[in-house]
Amino acid sequence: MSDLSYVRTEMLEQKAPPASSVGLVGWLRANLFSSVGNSILTVVTLFFLLSLLASMMPWIFLGIWNADSLSHCREIFAERYGDSTEYACWAVVRDRWDQIIFGYSFGNLNEGLYWRPLVGLALIILALLPILYPNVPRVLYVATAASLFLYPWLIWGGSIWGPLTIALCIIAGVFIYRFASRFMIMAFAMPVAIVGTALLIYFAMAPVAGALGSAVPIELQSVPSREISGFVLSITIGIVAIVASLPIAVLLALGRQSDLFIVNKLSTGFIEIIRGVPLITLIFVATVLMKYFLPSSVDLDPVLAVMVLVTLFTAAYIAEVIRGGLAALPKGQYEAADALGLTYWQAQRLIILPQALKISIPGIVSNFISVFKDTTLVSIVALNDPLGISDSIRSDSDWNGIVWELYGFIAIVFWLFCFSMSRYSLWLERQLQTGHR
Amino acid sequence: MTDTATEIDRSKMQVSDEVAIQINNMNKWYGTFHVLRDINLTVNRGERIVIAGPSGSGKSTMIRCINRLEEHQQGDIIVDGTELTSDLKNIDKIRSEVGMCFQHFNLFPHLTILENCTLAPIWVRKTPKKEAEETAMHFLEKVKIPDQANKYPGQLSGGQQQRVAIARSLCMKPRIMLFDEPTSALDPEMIKEVLDTMIELAEEGMTMLCVTHEMGFARQVANRVIFMDQGQIVEQNEPEEFFNNPQSERTKLFLSQILGH
Repeated sequence: MSDLSYVRTEMLEQKAPPASSVGLVGWLRANLFSSVGNSILTVVTLFFLLSLLASMMPWIFLGIWNADSLSHCREIFAERYGDSTEYACWAVVRDRWDQIIFGYSFGNLNEGLYWRPLVGLALIILALLPILYPNVPRVLYVATAASLFLYPWLIWGGSIWGPLTIALCIIAGVFIYRFASRFMIMAFAMPVAIVGTALLIYFAMAPVAGALGSAVPIELQSVPSREISGFVLSITIGIVAIVASLPIAVLLALGRQSDLFIVNKLSTGFIEIIRGVPLITLIFVATVLMKYFLPSSVDLDPVLAVMVLVTLFTAAYIAEVIRGGLAALPKGQYEAADALGLTYWQAQRLIILPQALKISIPGIVSNFISVFKDTTLVSIVALNDPLGISDSIRSDSDWNGIVWELYGFIAIVFWLFCFSMSRYSLWLERQLQTGHR
Repeated sequence: MTDTATEIDRSKMQVSDEVAIQINNMNKWYGTFHVLRDINLTVNRGERIVIAGPSGSGKSTMIRCINRLEEHQQGDIIVDGTELTSDLKNIDKIRSEVGMCFQHFNLFPHLTILENCTLAPIWVRKTPKKEAEETAMHFLEKVKIPDQANKYPGQLSGGQQQRVAIARSLCMKPRIMLFDEPTSALDPEMIKEVLDTMIELAEEGMTMLCVTHEMGFARQVANRVIFMDQGQIVEQNEPEEFFNNPQSERTKLFLSQILGH
């Protein structure tokens, strides 16, 4: 027999791992003290973290919630703690939180109108539920459709018949499309329906809404666009931009991939022009400079202009993210869809986009997060976003000199929204996980 | 080379006189590179054709022209009496008649096996969902994986995925099947299960064009072997003659390399 021959006669039993590699000790060894260098880093970092916390914690937790002004705060500090250290004067948040959240028009100009943005927000959450979660009853799409018309009414006020007649015109448009598509192909029926709806809105809306309004007056106190401010403004612009930019971005990304020369060049041109210009410039041009080019009779609503621009801006960025997702799909997916006889739009909708969008989720959501924070740029055209309001609070003689408390509060509210978006995107990615590709 | 030892039933494998695919003087260029040169090929209904040749010889490109995954620039391709032109209606008609299996399966990873199989019948053929699912289960049983119907492609082995891909094509009830190197991406152990499925299909009289390096399969199932090199059909013959008595030098060299070990 050669020495190479070996046969195992009995199989080994499973043994417990050594104590130093499991449990708390194992975790500490693996993550914090795996080598001399890492141990030194751990100790130094812990030291810095502790000293930072040691100086921040008293400032935060010994701060004062009950005071009339900053000087009052300081009196209380001197009296209570007796040292000359500064502590947080949270009283400003207690005094002015409603202004920051609801803005001037719903905050202190019109006391008692809080319910309008609150109901609006609830409506939006209800409307988003069926879109965001697959298990929610589909009936909630009714809320989605309703919120398109009710949310603007809740925020801007006025007669309810305005938004409702627009809704009726659009429903009429759907019927025009159904009727037209019996006689012609889709490519013609669509424009016919759109023109029909536009004509209805242009000619029929004002008289119908007026007549209904005088018959059954249901009105909310109207709020001028310029007065909408605070987080109500940020959230309104942010939600519109987020919801409207995604479909536009998908079309732009498909356009940029298209073999049709003109569609391709138009999409590419649009994306490159919008991405090449800072958002702040676009906002400035849209609201200030456009006034010089438009006839004086046209009243350009600054909030609407900003919404349109922020939407287009986000769409251009997201289009590029989606293009990345499209490029990441193997060519075989397109070929398999073609070979099965699916049309271009069927293949895009059923095969390509579900996969491309899934890959793009992290990129899309980080664009959503950044556009939501970018809504603070509207201060350049004298709209009062939360930061704008904090400026005017700080110029009030009562609160002159307050910095960290206000910005901290605004930061926390922004963080809550952005962090939820980020968590949702992680959850969605896990939901769509279907095993390795 | 995998030699399938299964006895196969040639009784149903009748070749009819009816023409399924007719290719006349087809030429194709990639840019200035002439990939397919003067291809002439007539395929009758019920024929099982194996296309062999070195890589880069244009064999995949040729069968991909048949369902317009590649566009030819000269000559005619007539599939089931419909001429393949840039008319989208003709292309869609031909694609729904011609099934195709790819080297890398190309299953849709975001859909379950069942959804992969019902997608095209529902959207292209407008079959009611329930009926499409019944058909899908029928073909999944045929390829022997009905129990995987609710899994995702990523959870299946390569051989299983390729069998699903075959079932997916069959759900469209095609009259012609194209196979583009269906076993090249598979582990040796899994090749047999896919070949068995293809043999079963051949036994039922399906018209098949198959680009493959499985010479055992060619001997056993094909009624004609086509050898391509440099974008041209160099030699075609019945399998016995082709393997035992190759005529051209190029074919002899190829066969000696592929069968020599």
